[in-house]
Amino acid sequence: MEHYLIYNTLWYPILTVLVAVPLFGAFITLGIRGDRNLKIWGLLVTVVTAVLSLPLFFSFDLTTANYQFAESKDWIPFLDIGYVLGVDGISVLLVLLTCLVMPLCILCSWSYIQERFKEFIFVLLFIEASMIGVFISLNTVLFFIFWEAMLVPMYLIIAVWGGPRKDYASIKFFLYTLIGSIFLFVAIIVLYVTTGTFFIPELMTHSYDFNYQMWIFLAFTLAFAIKVPMFPVHTWLPAAHVEAPTAGSVILASILLKMGGYGFLRFCLPIAPAATVACMPYLIVVSILSIIFGGYLALGQSDVKRLIAYSSVGHMGFVTLGIFLLNNTGIKGAILQMVNHGITTGALFILVGMIYERTHSREISDNSALGIMMPIYVSFLVIFSLSSLAFPGTNSFVGELLVLVACFTKYKIVGAFAVVGAILAAAYMLRLVQKMVWADSDGHVHPGARSELFDLNFRETATLMFLTVFVFWIGFHPTPLLDVMDASTAHLVKQVESGMHTSPAGHHAVLNGLGEMVKNLLAFHH
Amino acid sequence: MTLVFFSVSLATPKQNQLQGMGLFLSALAVAASVYTYGQNGTLFFDAYRIDAFSQLFKIIITFGLFIVIYLGEGLSGIGTTLKPEYYLFLTLSAFGLACMSSAVELITIILCLEIASFALFIIIPFRKHGAYRKPMEAGIKYVLFGAAASGISLYGISYIFGMTHTTYLVDLVRIIPGMMLQQPLIMIGLVMLLCGFFYKLALFPMHFWAPDVYEGAANETSSFVATLPKVGAVALLIRLIFLVGVDSAQFSWVLAILAVLSMTFGNLSALVQSDIKRLLAYSSIAHAGYIMVGLVCATELGFVSGIYYIAGYLVMNLACFFVIYNLAPNGENIRFDDFKGLYKRSPLLAFTLAVGAFGMAGIPPTIGFTGKLFLFTAAIKKDMYALVILAVINTGVAVFYYLKMVRAAYSSVPSPMPKIRLRFSATLLGIFFIAIILYLGTFPQGFLAFAREAVAAAI
Repeated sequence: MEHYLIYNTLWYPILTVLVAVPLFGAFITLGIRGDRNLKIWGLLVTVVTAVLSLPLFFSFDLTTANYQFAESKDWIPFLDIGYVLGVDGISVLLVLLTCLVMPLCILCSWSYIQERFKEFIFVLLFIEASMIGVFISLNTVLFFIFWEAMLVPMYLIIAVWGGPRKDYASIKFFLYTLIGSIFLFVAIIVLYVTTGTFFIPELMTHSYDFNYQMWIFLAFTLAFAIKVPMFPVHTWLPAAHVEAPTAGSVILASILLKMGGYGFLRFCLPIAPAATVACMPYLIVVSILSIIFGGYLALGQSDVKRLIAYSSVGHMGFVTLGIFLLNNTGIKGAILQMVNHGITTGALFILVGMIYERTHSREISDNSALGIMMPIYVSFLVIFSLSSLAFPGTNSFVGELLVLVACFTKYKIVGAFAVVGAILAAAYMLRLVQKMVWADSDGHVHPGARSELFDLNFRETATLMFLTVFVFWIGFHPTPLLDVMDASTAHLVKQVESGMHTSPAGHHAVLNGLGEMVKNLLAFHH
Repeated sequence: MTLVFFSVSLATPKQNQLQGMGLFLSALAVAASVYTYGQNGTLFFDAYRIDAFSQLFKIIITFGLFIVIYLGEGLSGIGTTLKPEYYLFLTLSAFGLACMSSAVELITIILCLEIASFALFIIIPFRKHGAYRKPMEAGIKYVLFGAAASGISLYGISYIFGMTHTTYLVDLVRIIPGMMLQQPLIMIGLVMLLCGFFYKLALFPMHFWAPDVYEGAANETSSFVATLPKVGAVALLIRLIFLVGVDSAQFSWVLAILAVLSMTFGNLSALVQSDIKRLLAYSSIAHAGYIMVGLVCATELGFVSGIYYIAGYLVMNLACFFVIYNLAPNGENIRFDDFKGLYKRSPLLAFTLAVGAFGMAGIPPTIGFTGKLFLFTAAIKKDMYALVILAVINTGVAVFYYLKMVRAAYSSVPSPMPKIRLRFSATLLGIFFIAIILYLGTFPQGFLAFAREAVAAAI
């Protein structure tokens, strides 16, 4: 086990602290009274967690693909379940994303949430602990515990503080995700029984026979595809996003969707490489469908939140496309795109929340001509919209560029379809921006009209400014982030390639034949 | 067993000190069980054995009794004149169950089973509130089914005795595995014997009494019936399944089929219930199925996970009944609508309900999840993939109705409803339930060590 881990040498057990601080913060919240105190406490805990997580970036060893800042303890020796935590290039960025986005969630709920603030902060801190836990667990059971543990708080966030159809949305979210993960549960146990370990790096080193890999891959993929979400099983997303309160939407978009992508990279690719390669064509096709359908559906929305929700489906389509191209550039693009999407879409949801607080409507028609009254707001709106459509200079551009380059390197026709998706993103985002900022405006301020549109206050500006910094920083200088991922993605690609050769594709004649056909189609213009 | 003294002393009716006395004496019983944990010995011509296995179960049963008495303070569902007798029979039943976990000879087993059952037969119809018909119906159903189940068990014993000429489990363990191949009749005898315990555990096909009895009996009685007899049944099932040995395919098949049918039937029926106690009854049928999945494996892991799961189930179920009891000041039945707005009326009750319900659904980090993890690992180790996949699908289905309960508790109501003021002792109990469900779920190692010792002693 020590072979894969680089133990933590900081003066505090950073990974356990990152999970423990929000958790204890959550329990202490139950004893605090007064809305103002609760808000300050929530902000304090999340900021402390964010600050405590910074060493993950600055002390990160860029040269190794092993798991750093690792901690390992015995937990349930009865079934060889150990408490093992660690981060590598793939997960460290996601942990940082989680820690840095959470204070913003608290800030954007400052005046949004009107009732039961105590429970809200409790649930928010609990879900933060759970999400960080997902990204840092190196033991499948621990991973699964954190994975499932964030279902209940998210359900409560939507069901208690959500919009008009919160009942429907929360149950759909909960049941969809849970049913996806029950087969994940079986797969975890089956892997244990076959290999005798729950420790993830060790599971990666075993080579399994192809049929076995196929079943494991399908079980994992179902759970992660629902989470990402990929095209046919994405229907829970619009409902959940629209009905959730702002903080809930931000958490959902910025972090929960990334757990699906992370799952693919951590489990499907290294543990079932031959199956991944065999299913790769299908998953690429599904990703393209997600991109195009997400964009197409977004184009037809009149509800701002719904539009951004469908745009999430499209963006995550790029992420899974990058993952399943199975080359270094593609995977790096996918991880970067995950971070970017977290920043950009999180910011867009915060913007929507702000305007909703003012106009109490999510319809585009009710939120038009904002440019005149709220110049600061629309500046941010335009910046993040440009980022969302991957305008050069912004963060998403780098991510999408990497994915598209990887696409064109492997299958040109896939690249062609993906570009269509990018064009659609430009279409719906620009349409949104045009309608919200300039439409119905005659260029003059009418005093007294639409007096509810007061511009952003300091708190809101600070929240968005923080994210804007990242948009441009990653857009112009993504190298630090890309360097962090380098060693781990190279290692992952090597794992997939070596795994692909050791267990050749088996008797699935139909599946193989179809796969070959699709691959030939994709490589048509090679 | 101090329980014997307790029951004798209760023959004279007293008021209001009953609760205190009940608590004190059952706490004594728990302490006695814990104190005697490490000891071994036999009584009554080797028919009654004390070892780690029996003591662990005694601890669980007496602890469960303690909580049931604690939970039902005030006994709002029982008429005042009947309260002393109620305690008497409750403890007699627990006494029977405790003895049953020690019994290692077939006739003694039946004797203890009957002690436990008869005491329950009497108290099921004790109910103050509600139509006369429902509790009586529950009582009669319980008696009839119980009598039939006992009859079948005895018939099975007659077959076994006829073929093996012994009723001591230690001797049967040596004889039966060899006999299984030559004389299939012994398997029929065994299955019939087990029917008595399937009845107590509410496993298909001996489960038909459960919904009506849970619904008709008073809330406190239901909380007892839902939990403690099942613990006793699991204890006996472990001893008896071990009898057969690990290799009998047909026997495992029978048990596996019963498990699947229980889970499926229980979960699907629970989906359409509107009365909470009926829903909990069907869910208990489903849980009996899950436990059977673990026991069917007949390996050490399987038995240990069975013990862990039934202990966890005891606590989670009692948590749900605790909420039901406190919601019904007159002892009436609770429906989903009565849960509405619970979070405002009593946040602690709502949270206890949430933890208990999600625990039974199998959501981490509760004891229900860890229990399911162990059960399914045991099953997959024996290559029972189909069983596990069916169990997992059932878990998915079950989540829906547990979620319905929690959703009702956390939904907002337009008009404010009266706050529920819990007595301090009840608050303590609520916090205790939450703590233990979460603690034993995240750190099961301690309990698992005991369970391992117990299983080692039984085998």
